[in-house]
Amino acid sequence: MDLFEYQGKQFFARYGIPVSPGEAVTTVDDAVAAADRIGYPVVVKAQVQVGGRGKAGGIKLANDAEETRAHAGAILGMDIKGHTVEILWIERASDIAEEYYASFTLDRSAKKHLGMLSARGGIDIEAVAAEDPDAIAKIWVDPVDGLTEEQAKSWVAAARLNPRATDGAVDIVLKLYNAYVEGDADLVEINPLILKPTGEVHALDAKVTLDGNSEFRHPDYAAYDATQVRDEREQAAHEKGLQYVGLDGYVGVIANGAGLAMSTVDIVNQVGGEPSNFLDIGGGASAEVMTGALEVITHDPSVRSIFINIFGGITKGEEVANGIVAALGRVDIAQPIVIRLDGTNADLGREILRPHLSDKLQMQPTMVDAARTAVALAGK
Amino acid sequence: MAIFVDEATKVVYQGLTGSQGRFYGLLNREYGTHVVAGTNPRKAGSDVEGIPVYASVADAAEATGATASCIFIPAPGVRDAVIEAADGGVTFIVCITEGVPAHDEAWFYNKLRRDFPNVRLLGPNCPGIISPGKANIGITAGHIAKAPVPGEIAVGIVSRSGTLTYQALYELKLNDIGVSTCVGIGGDPVPGTSFIDCLEAFEADPDTHAVMMIGEIGGSAEEEAAEYIASKMTKPVVAYVAGVTAPPGKKMGHAGAIVSGGKGTAHAKMDALRDAGARVGLNPTEAGQLMVEVVRDLG
Repeated sequence: MDLFEYQGKQFFARYGIPVSPGEAVTTVDDAVAAADRIGYPVVVKAQVQVGGRGKAGGIKLANDAEETRAHAGAILGMDIKGHTVEILWIERASDIAEEYYASFTLDRSAKKHLGMLSARGGIDIEAVAAEDPDAIAKIWVDPVDGLTEEQAKSWVAAARLNPRATDGAVDIVLKLYNAYVEGDADLVEINPLILKPTGEVHALDAKVTLDGNSEFRHPDYAAYDATQVRDEREQAAHEKGLQYVGLDGYVGVIANGAGLAMSTVDIVNQVGGEPSNFLDIGGGASAEVMTGALEVITHDPSVRSIFINIFGGITKGEEVANGIVAALGRVDIAQPIVIRLDGTNADLGREILRPHLSDKLQMQPTMVDAARTAVALAGK
Repeated sequence: MAIFVDEATKVVYQGLTGSQGRFYGLLNREYGTHVVAGTNPRKAGSDVEGIPVYASVADAAEATGATASCIFIPAPGVRDAVIEAADGGVTFIVCITEGVPAHDEAWFYNKLRRDFPNVRLLGPNCPGIISPGKANIGITAGHIAKAPVPGEIAVGIVSRSGTLTYQALYELKLNDIGVSTCVGIGGDPVPGTSFIDCLEAFEADPDTHAVMMIGEIGGSAEEEAAEYIASKMTKPVVAYVAGVTAPPGKKMGHAGAIVSGGKGTAHAKMDALRDAGARVGLNPTEAGQLMVEVVRDLG
């Protein structure tokens, strides 16, 4: 789950990481009221989960209520790389002496936590990594040991920050590691981490991705789930508990298992088509699940044909076929459907499907044949 | 022979009394696996269709001689269940459970490495392992795999994806090719057993003659496997990688992009495997056909 900046800062604040005082608002009037409470000058910041907000005009400094009103009015509703701004974060403006970068994430290869710290913050850190990798000090932390103060000190020293920032930076990276572990985050990133002229170190931005699997330890994370950015189709699928990712094509894809669903999307592409989605219905393929999947797919106006790709393992072919037949009776479907059913008792399943076959409902023996047929039926 | 599990392996099921544990535990027993015990601290002394239930893995291992465990415990209990199994004396732990937090996985991976170096963990979030004709631990439908015939070519399978594992088993069966062992390592961020662990074991197993490897986008496990294949494998490898056209999945921000260093796309993985000498199929069926050719050449 990706958090907005304002959520990330609230998350950081819970773990004692210094952030600027601020408020999240959704209207111009609330923006001005918040700015009055916080005290000028303030920064009006668009809340979108995409980089490059500043360049797009989504971050503005306001010295008084008038300027706050003007900037909030201009930024609310603004489109930033396809994301519409619906929320603003109003925070006290900070004086900046220097800008740094700090993050923790999992190094899947080393199977350890990886901390990165750089004196070159405030800019695209990937560019820094590419042109000057030595500018990033890395530390690998064993999850069993955690990050000790000793390690944090030598890591901060290796990053060659301004000596005035040392104590503040050590304090923040220790708290950041704690937030990352205790908060079950996949990623915590501060860019920029700033040194103020007064010598304090402070998180000026917050990028946090939380592990959805940890919700059992963090019941309050359900609130973040409600603010996840999803397109209309993804929202509908999410409400039905389906694993769905929207794509830009026109062949609807339904498959059981994430790997098979990915493979199905690939194969539609390989035969010259464009998939409209990735949809994994899991191991079962009951009538209920299949009905939900077909409802989501047919609701998408760009879908011109549907490819159902099911491999029966423990779930037998006849159960899958009965589920499909029942679902077809429940959902009004205009688009032609191609089914590929294989695996356990596939023969029995195909026998059940056979009487229902027509121009609008076809069956093919292999994934490649089924994909070709689905693409041809889409008529593109 | 087979890798990791065979007809002698005795298995204790953690969570045997739950609906999933019971369903698959009994299916595994029906297949021929030695399902010798279950655990549930509140139901010790009872049984599931004749399989005795103990309070802990330690009790079960002592009473039955179990050397492997299979975990069907819900995600919140997995961290403790893995350590309980290692502490209890088993040396092979299969964790089927999905939805385990990544921080728990990273923690028990390193904990096992340090305190229980002789214990192998498979999973979490994996379909398990099957040595066809000998043992099936997990959720794979046993009948879709063909047991190896002594004296004939047998293939080992290692896969990150569940349904694609079944697909691979099935394609080989349709082509009358036996499988020595099929290992589903799972697609989670910190799998207990890696591609390389399995490739090493298959390379050392005299009854495995070729290996099919099924990867996915994300991480760099396939690239690391490719390095191993290039430098250490003498047996032929056929590979398939899913996700060529998948959208960038969970966005991990800039830090994630730096960790992967440009690795992680399906094309990068396929190129690495091809450069390492593996034959790469563009879809599961094509990979199956490539393996048919490999087996014919070996035969």
